[in-house]
Amino acid sequence: MDTLVARYSRPTYQQNEAFSEQEQQDLADAVPSFSLKFAMPPVAHPSAWLRAATDDRSNPSCPIKIAHGTTTLAFRFQHGIIVATDSRATAGNWIASQTVKKVIEINSDLLGTMAGGAADCQYWLAWLGMQCRLHELRHKRRISVAAASKILANLVYQYKGMGLSMGTMCAGVTKEEGPALYYIDSDGTRLAGNLFCVGSGQTFAYGVLDAEYRYDLTTEEALELGSRSILAATHRDAYSGGFINLYHVKESGWEKHGFTDTNPVFWKTKLEKGEFSNVTSDLAE
Amino acid sequence: MVGKDCVAIACDLRLGLQALTVSNNFPKIFQYGDHVFLGLTGLATDVSTVSDLFRYKVNMYRLREERHIAPRTFANLVSSSLYERRFGPYFVSPVVAGLEPKTGKPFICGFDSIGCIDFAKDFIVSGTATEQLFGMCESLWEPDLGPDALFETISQALLNAVDRDALSGWGAHVYIIEKNKVTKRLLKGRQD
Repeated sequence: MDTLVARYSRPTYQQNEAFSEQEQQDLADAVPSFSLKFAMPPVAHPSAWLRAATDDRSNPSCPIKIAHGTTTLAFRFQHGIIVATDSRATAGNWIASQTVKKVIEINSDLLGTMAGGAADCQYWLAWLGMQCRLHELRHKRRISVAAASKILANLVYQYKGMGLSMGTMCAGVTKEEGPALYYIDSDGTRLAGNLFCVGSGQTFAYGVLDAEYRYDLTTEEALELGSRSILAATHRDAYSGGFINLYHVKESGWEKHGFTDTNPVFWKTKLEKGEFSNVTSDLAE
Repeated sequence: MVGKDCVAIACDLRLGLQALTVSNNFPKIFQYGDHVFLGLTGLATDVSTVSDLFRYKVNMYRLREERHIAPRTFANLVSSSLYERRFGPYFVSPVVAGLEPKTGKPFICGFDSIGCIDFAKDFIVSGTATEQLFGMCESLWEPDLGPDALFETISQALLNAVDRDALSGWGAHVYIIEKNKVTKRLLKGRQD
């Protein structure tokens, strides 16, 4: 451990000095770029071949089925950031799991969300966690959300066109930035913003979230709005469902607010508040 | 699903356009006599059209013959009507369930979209959750179930099957058909 720390850290007196050109080069080289040696399919155009084999939208009978279908959302408000997701994974119409953890805890105060290819998100957000830790060891301070999200955005951009599929949000609160929220997708898009919904159920979640969202929401209202937006999406979107995963990110780090089954929440919302009147609870005739 | 001197038929209530759930109250079971029921899965417009077509045909049969149609007769009517559209089929896979009027014995059968009849002694399944339903029925069903046990069995089979299918669910209707009683129940399934 000591050798590791020694290798990646510098004495405190050097902390505030500018990096020399050589040091900057070393830092840039330390981040593995395309050199993470993935095995490639032995064909002339790997990216085109992969797309043809995995894209179930253009070819429903494609041989490699990737888990898809999601609703995730995150929004900034006065007391931090709310992050909420559903928990369903589907392969075609088959519900592969109802208990997926789509919020990835990058470290004790950074969260990532998972939409698109489950393996892609899981792998690259874990990898991002590693990069963030290395940054911490090198610079003796926590990485900013802006920097973390850019590491991921640059990485996925290198793989552009190779069939990576991810729509993710990075949320964290730091001293320098305050609450910060970034959207990153596999096209290479990276956007800062107050409010994002990602996945097949995003439109339904936006419908509820946009109607009720204010920056000066109280923590309780914000948590309720996050879970109500996910509930709406799980109801209308066939590829979203299962459990509501709720997080609150604050300056002191993130706090988990449960992994709640949608079914009792749905019937409570319907019967106690009179919402979801489109659902019949009595037998006609 | 066949029981002892009774049959059960059940359907979910979802109407959807791919991932979008359009309606949560779209029953797919239709009654054509005291003991004759038809379940229709597939393209929603054809479900409506075909159910209305058979209402017309069964009414004509009743007027002409001055008696109710028997489930076996109805099954043959369904089969020949579907085969009439051999080269431009209705996109439905029907299921017939009922009790034979003379013997009171259960009768069930299923069809493909162009009218091939599949007679069965135990259960028939159809729709997007077919594979899941086969799994549930193969493990839960046993011969000579009474009406209450049959209700429990068909309900558990349907609910647990649609919970593993993204395109089915959002509540269910269950009919238990006995000699002198038909019971219809609403199941409050998961709404996601």
